[in-house]
Amino acid sequence: MPSPDFVMYDEEYQRIKAVATRLKDDANAKIVFLVDKNGQQIAACGDLGSIDTTSLASLTAGNVAATDGLAKLIGEKEFSILFHEGEKDNLHISIVGKRGILVVIFDNRSTLGLVRLRVKKTSAELERIFDVIEEKAKHQFEGEKEYESPFAEITENDIDKLFGDD
Amino acid sequence: MAFINHSAKEINCKLVYYGPGLCGKTTNLQYIYNKTNPDLKGKMISLATETDRTLYFDFLPLNLGTIHGFKVRFQLYTVPGQVFYNASRKLILKGADGVVFVADSQDARYEANIESMVNLRENLEENNLKLEAIPYVLQLNKRDLPNVTPVDELTEALRFKGEPVFESVATVGTGVFETLKSCAKQVLNKLGR
Repeated sequence: MPSPDFVMYDEEYQRIKAVATRLKDDANAKIVFLVDKNGQQIAACGDLGSIDTTSLASLTAGNVAATDGLAKLIGEKEFSILFHEGEKDNLHISIVGKRGILVVIFDNRSTLGLVRLRVKKTSAELERIFDVIEEKAKHQFEGEKEYESPFAEITENDIDKLFGDD
Repeated sequence: MAFINHSAKEINCKLVYYGPGLCGKTTNLQYIYNKTNPDLKGKMISLATETDRTLYFDFLPLNLGTIHGFKVRFQLYTVPGQVFYNASRKLILKGADGVVFVADSQDARYEANIESMVNLRENLEENNLKLEAIPYVLQLNKRDLPNVTPVDELTEALRFKGEPVFESVATVGTGVFETLKSCAKQVLNKLGR
């Protein structure tokens, strides 16, 4: 059975943002970024000014997917943490639950130890929120709960307009 | 698997361009990138070898506009076509909402097309997706070259489920936007159901 679409409502979105912002502050990080394993950006906070967040999301997911493939090749379930050290900025990437990737960008105002510690605590919280999202999606997918798709009454005309045709 | 964000009023969908090596997947994306208004596109990323062969994927984010108050975003990916990159192809198909199969019309690539099609089906299944169910378009590329297989013959060999078929010359853009639009349309219509 195909997976249902990933539907996120305001309630969970606000909770995720609050948790990410707290992590950024507690870990003294520059940016905290949450991506779905398919490369879609879920939430971001911090000094995002100069960062191309769409590319960051896609490349992070690609990176995690490739590393996952490597893990399986050597008989590991996954490598749950990736760390990239730069001259100024560092990237800490970790898997959250089944579908989330948490990215923390930090410089010398923080340390890898502090980031790891805070990420661990935050991951557990985020996992619980993802469980709620998944549970809701499952009910909708199985038709137990009314879900009004924003595209339920989409017309050919609506789609043509997206491509600049009238 | 589309990502519908009710809070940000956004919807993100993933389209994957698939096909044998050198069939023109990256060329499709490059043409779309070059012809799209800068306000509507993000940066195109190509993870390629030094000889410009796709190593991992190309990525192009497009903002198509809004429908019913939701911003519609499509993320276009290509896979590396060369046979030995299969592990990467499998990863990129994960979570795809739609697939465009780009066939190389040259006679010499007839079998490579079929092989790639079989490979697509296998890799979709490994990602719990089915070719029968996923929004899908067949593009017959390189129609301007000599020694191409006739359209009818190639369509018969590759067309799988009555999907839309487009003839194209991706280098000059013939059929490129028609292909994209057709696949995007199927994805959006599926979301509405």
